[in-house]
This record gives sequence, C-alpha cells and structure tokens, in this order.
Amino acid sequence: MTTVALKAKDYKSGVKPIWCPGCGHFAVFAAITRALAYLELPKERVAMISGIGCSSRLPAYVDSYGFHGLHGRALPLATGLKVARPELNVLVAGGDGDGFSIGGNHFLHACRRNIDLTYIVMDNRVYGMTKGQASPTTAPDWAKSKMTPHGTGVRRFQPAAIALSAGATFIARGYSGDPKGLTHMLVEAITHPGFSFLHVLSPCITFRPDQRSWKTGVHAFAEGPFEEPVEAAREIHADDGLGLGVLYAEKLPVWPPHIKPSGSLAEVEREFLT
Amino acid sequence: MKGEMGEKRNTDISVAITGSGGSGAVTAGLILLDAAARAGLYGLMMRSYGPQIRGGESASLLRFSSRPVACMDDHVDLLVGLDWRNAGRFAQEIPLTSASLVLSDPAAGAVPTSFAASGAEIRELAFKAHAEGVAKGRLNMVAVGAAGALCGLAQGVIDAAVRKTLAGKGSEVVEQAVVCASIGYEQAGAADPAPDSTSKSAERWNISGNEACGLGGLRGGVRFVAAYPITPASDILEWLAPRLERLGGSLVQAEDELASVNMIIGASYGGVPAMTATSGPGLSLMQEGLGLAVASETPVVVINVTRGGPSTGIPTKSEQSDLNIAVNGMHGDAPHLVLAPLNVPDCVFTTQWAIRLAEHLQTAAIVLSDQSLGQARTVIDPPGEREMPLERVAEPSPQADYRRYALTGDDISPMTLPGIAHGMYTADGLEHDELGIPSSLAADHHRQLNKRRDKINAFDFGADWAELQGDGALCLICWGSASGAVFEAGARLRAQGMSVRVIALRLLAPLRCDALTQALADVECTWVVEQNHSGQLYHYLKSQGVLADDAHLLARPGPIPLRPGEIVNAITENG
Repeated sequence: MTTVALKAKDYKSGVKPIWCPGCGHFAVFAAITRALAYLELPKERVAMISGIGCSSRLPAYVDSYGFHGLHGRALPLATGLKVARPELNVLVAGGDGDGFSIGGNHFLHACRRNIDLTYIVMDNRVYGMTKGQASPTTAPDWAKSKMTPHGTGVRRFQPAAIALSAGATFIARGYSGDPKGLTHMLVEAITHPGFSFLHVLSPCITFRPDQRSWKTGVHAFAEGPFEEPVEAAREIHADDGLGLGVLYAEKLPVWPPHIKPSGSLAEVEREFLT
Repeated sequence: MKGEMGEKRNTDISVAITGSGGSGAVTAGLILLDAAARAGLYGLMMRSYGPQIRGGESASLLRFSSRPVACMDDHVDLLVGLDWRNAGRFAQEIPLTSASLVLSDPAAGAVPTSFAASGAEIRELAFKAHAEGVAKGRLNMVAVGAAGALCGLAQGVIDAAVRKTLAGKGSEVVEQAVVCASIGYEQAGAADPAPDSTSKSAERWNISGNEACGLGGLRGGVRFVAAYPITPASDILEWLAPRLERLGGSLVQAEDELASVNMIIGASYGGVPAMTATSGPGLSLMQEGLGLAVASETPVVVINVTRGGPSTGIPTKSEQSDLNIAVNGMHGDAPHLVLAPLNVPDCVFTTQWAIRLAEHLQTAAIVLSDQSLGQARTVIDPPGEREMPLERVAEPSPQADYRRYALTGDDISPMTLPGIAHGMYTADGLEHDELGIPSSLAADHHRQLNKRRDKINAFDFGADWAELQGDGALCLICWGSASGAVFEAGARLRAQGMSVRVIALRLLAPLRCDALTQALADVECTWVVEQNHSGQLYHYLKSQGVLADDAHLLARPGPIPLRPGEIVNAITENG
C-alpha cells in the first residue's frame, strides 16, 4: 500500500502524449490526476480503461493499471474487470466516436446497468486520429471532411439525453478550459456509487479550430443537479450543448448485487449422479 | 428388433420416440435414459425439434449399451410414435430397417410411409386409450413403460426413473405416471420381462455435453462468464449462472458478443479466469476481441458450440464447420489455441485443459464443441479429475523495473494484477515493447511476434494432443465430435479383419506436426473423416504438410449425425 500522500504529478507515468499542441485532452488528463490525488486513491487500486482514439491513449499516461483495448469496447472490458474485482476504482476514458458511434450499444447498456464505473468522454465532435472525419456529435452541416463533403446531414447524437433515458444515475458536463470545475466534477463522478457519465467538451484545435469559441460559449446549466429525469431532460433540451455542471444524480443500488458464496464444486458435481 | 430383443437385449439398443408438441416425447426419453442408467447401462440421448419455439413436433433419439456410447447407431431398433403429426420430418434422422419395430397407437392413424417403407414390423398399442383409463393419465407414460419393457428394462427401474424425473411435478402427476407406465409395460408384449432389480452396478453420471463444458470451466477455475444467448450454447450459460453464484463467481448476460468477449478479457486482466460460450455467428463477432487477448496476452477461453453454417445457418443442428475460423480467424499473426472435445465426458477434460493452457500460456483458447455433443445427454462413468499444474505465471512482488512483456526463457512473462503495488502497466492491443509501451519499431514488433509464437510452440503439450487407437496400415483421422462414430467404425472394420489405426485430434492449434507424423508412421492408407462440406481438417493438415498426397476425404456436412456405418461403407466401397 502507498503510505505517502501523492501529488497530482505522481499519477503521471512520464510517457509523452501523442496529442497535438493545444489539444483539450492535456487539461482533462491533468484534471484526472488532480482528482485522483485529491481522493488519495492508491495508484495500484486504479484501473484506467479505454478504447481507441486520441483520448483513448490516456491510460498509458496515467501511472496506474490500465487497458488500452479495442475501438468502442472500453465499457464492456471495464465491466468485466469491475464485476471480477469490485474493490478497484475503474475509470473509463474515450472520445465521441469511440463511445457514441462504434461503442454506442455498450454506452446504452452500461448506463442501464448502474455498475460503479466512471465514464469520461472527451467530446471534440471530430475523429482526430483518422484526420478529421465527422463524429456522431458533429453538426449536420459541418462540411470540412472530405468523407462528407456536404456535411453528414444527420442529426447530432445527444449524449446527456441518451444517458438519461438509458438510465445513467450520474450525468455531468465539463469543459477542458475550466480545469478547476472539471476536477470537482471528476471527484463527484468517481465517488458517485453507480454509473457516472462525465461528458467533457475538449476541443480539437487541429481539425476543429472553430471550437476555440467554446471558451466564450460555455455557461453553467440554468439549474441542477436534478433528481427527477423529466426535469433533467427539460434542462438538457433547453440547453445549447455548451451548458456545464452536474445535471443529474440519482441514488440507486449499485449493480451487480453482492451475493455470498454458498456451496462447493463437489456439491455441484454430486448433482450429476444418477 | 422383431418382437423380443433376443441376443441383443441389454447390449446395444437404439430407440426413437416422436410426438407433436406437448405429447411428451422428450420427457419420455429422459425417463428411459434414467431407467437405463439404473439398470447399469450406459446411454446417449439426442433431441430433435421442428422449427417452432413452443409446441412443435419433437423426437428423442436414444441408444443404450453395456459399453460407453459416443455416437448414434446406424439404425433404430424401436420407434415409438406417440402420434404421427409431422413425424415424417424426422425420417432421415430415424433410419429403420426391416428388423426394426414400430409401436403405433391406432388412434393416431397410419404410420407415415417414410417409416413404413422400411418394412419394419408395426405393432399397435393404444397409448391414448390406456392413458384415458387412468385419472389424469398421460399417454407418453404408457409409451415409456412399453418401450422400457421391449428394451428389457426391469419394471422397478422404470418406476424409479419416473418418480425421479417427475419429482418436481407433484405426487398426483407422479402416481398417474407410475400407473400408466406399468400398464404400458404389461401391454408391450415383451416375452420375457427382465428380473426386477433396481440395484446399480456402479455410480454413473447423467450429464449433457454443454453441462460438461460448464463443469470443465469450473474445474479449470473459471469464476467469471459473460455471454450473449445463442442456440445451441445457451444451456451452458443457464447451467453455469446459478452454480457460479454459489461458488462466488459471476455470470453477466452481455448486450452482444462484442461485449461478452471484451468483458471476459477485463475480468481475466483482473486475475479471474474467465470464459464465454457462443456459436458460429457469435464466434465471428468475437474475432477482434480474441486478437486483443492474443496481443495483450490476456488468457480467455471461448466455448464454440458449433451449429450448421454459414451465416445464421441451421441453429438447432450440428456441424464441424467452424474449424477454419477457429484456426485462422483473427487478423494479423495471432497464435492461439484451438481444442476440440472428442465426446461428452471429454468435454469436461478438454474444457478444463483449455482453461489451464490459456491461463498458463497467457493467450486465447477456442474450444470447438458442437450441437451433437452439447445437446446430447449421456450416462457415463464419472469423469475423474486430472492434475493440471498449469498456473498463471504471476509476479506477486514486482520491482520498479518490472516489464510486463519481458522476454523470458520460455517467453511467458510473469503477470501482475491490479492491486499489486509497483506492478502497474497498461495492457494494449497496440504493438508494444517489453514494458507495454506502444511501439511501431520493427525490432519490437518482431520480438513480440516471436515471443507470442514461441511461448505456445515450444510448450510441451504432452500426450493429450490426440487419442490414438491401434497401429494398422489403414488410418482414420478425425477431430472433435466425429470421433465417436470414427472409433466405432474402426472397431467394426477390425471386426471385419482389417488392421485399423484411429487418430482423434484434441489439440488442433498449435498442430503437433511431429507427434502426428510419428503417429502416422507406416500408414499406407489415410482417411480424414469430418462433418463439414469442404474438408476443413483435410485441407488444414495438407497445408501443414503432414498428410500423404493420396489421403482420402470423407467430409459430410450436417445436419444428420455422422454414423459409423457410412464411414465403414465409404472405406470398404473404396477397396
């Protein structure tokens, strides 16, 4: 066990991030290390699980246990780990493509399960690693990708609204440009018993320089956190997508329930006797 | 089986019971199997269904013998028709001869021509009328008594089997069933009822192949399972769920197979031996996850209960057509393990072995069972547990210079687990260096590729890679579930005076080429026998250079089970 109090920098592995200068993910990474230090979580008790994408590189940069798995499959991998080892602090990190497109089905079912995971999605509304294609959260008229020269023409995926209707018990939105607020939110998300979804606006300066305007566009949610889904839904739909704060927090038993072992393999085998 | 069983009684009898939905053909089969076990016989029961979810016609196919039974016989000695609605659809699965006996209820109409054309003797027995004479009587119980009598089973064992099988249904149901069965027993016209004895000669197990795979997993230490329901693998999961719970483990019903394979990778990364069970469509979806297990060196096991393919195929019927995807499925160079149980009791051993091998070698293992094994119910000698000192190589107290993917003498790198201080690393599907840090350098890629190959290839798998029988110049090579019919075909050919060798492969990847070449020494004629369309094992063995140029192939796709007679015929007709 670690006995000396750790500082935020102690949670950095020293591996150099692949991110572009100015990327919002640097600030999210820093906020995560500050939250871990604030909570005094022993490094070896933390597991950082991710899929594929720019933000999914995070586990290598955090000095904890980690798994950089498959594109879209971070949540199931983390679910298996948490069910098998419930005493660990399991954090899941990824981007908007990883979580809402290829991993969309797992997002829905992880929300439903209320398993005690913290899911951090760094949303920059673009596929950065594959050099600038539209993601599920990209506006339909964004025509800067060669793959969708007229824009996607497809409505935006609404992460907070979908998490709410799928049954997530903690929903918040943060912004990489507000590191202090983000750190607070991370602490709340990690300590929330059950599935916590933290949607982080994290601009991609390289492919979405227009996202520099988020700095002036972000604002606190008018109200919240709510305990009633209907009220949270109203706030989400009234918002322009740049509202920040904890939107929804519900107390619900954590899944799966703990069941005490009650038998032996020898007893199981005796059932086969004719 | 004209009339009396004569010499054949209690040695080797095949029975089929057919009926439409709700008639109780399957319950009748389960009772007969239990009664045979009580009489000291071994047995095998397969079920066949029409496509309806509920209420469709069904058939129980049984074989009893004084020796262990691993496949269906060529013909059915006794066919019991509870009724004949849609029974014609089973004609191919229930081959009769002129020596067979058909029990038919006159109230159910004429025996379908597809059965009657065999020239089998048809004997009438009024199941329905006799059952109606008993309060709440069921005609399938009359049939159980009659079939049991004709098989030479003592009335006492039938009575006991009825009581045990129906115990959960309440005393009223049990009592009517006992009365109906005794009426059937008397009415069957068996010339010489067997002496009444319920004493068992030995302790036996009544177990299905899917249960046996589940048990093998538990014996292997599996305490986490994640899976998506799929026919014909779901029984494994339904059997495991409550038992894992009792043993302190967990089963998660995943949202799809992409999730289930990644869930078991997560649990195994946490140090808990983990497996999933699926069938062809699920195995296809799991390929990317299996590649991740190989690259990140995380032990996982997939039980693939093969059904007819490709695509949705024939979900309720058996085939051995997933060998190609199991051996060659993942992208990139991804060495892993592929094993196949040879019969129902071997499902226990092979699954346990697969778990221990995957744990020890830190890789993915695919176990190729199939519907014919998985959904077969057998009476067997209890499968003993073998010592398997194949532990996961752990690093319980790592130092600061810990390297998760260190190149060691046997290329197995000691593994830390979350919770262990100073052992932190990030498992990765990206190519990496010894520390686990992503790397696209040629040297790192080559070193890790070699390591992942050599740790498996250099491992001593011992003698369990195959079951070998005989040393004849004629050699039958098979794998997995075909082994039952092939071993029996080998025995029949020997009885004809031929000198026969059988090689039944249990370990398919890595293929033990040296051992196989040695096992094939002095063979003059080779037959590869498998239940698929393209000869997947044949071409695999050819590609590895272990098969003679003039080797013969008997590849017959599903859905009808391979029978020993067709193997014998193929070989003898070829000269």
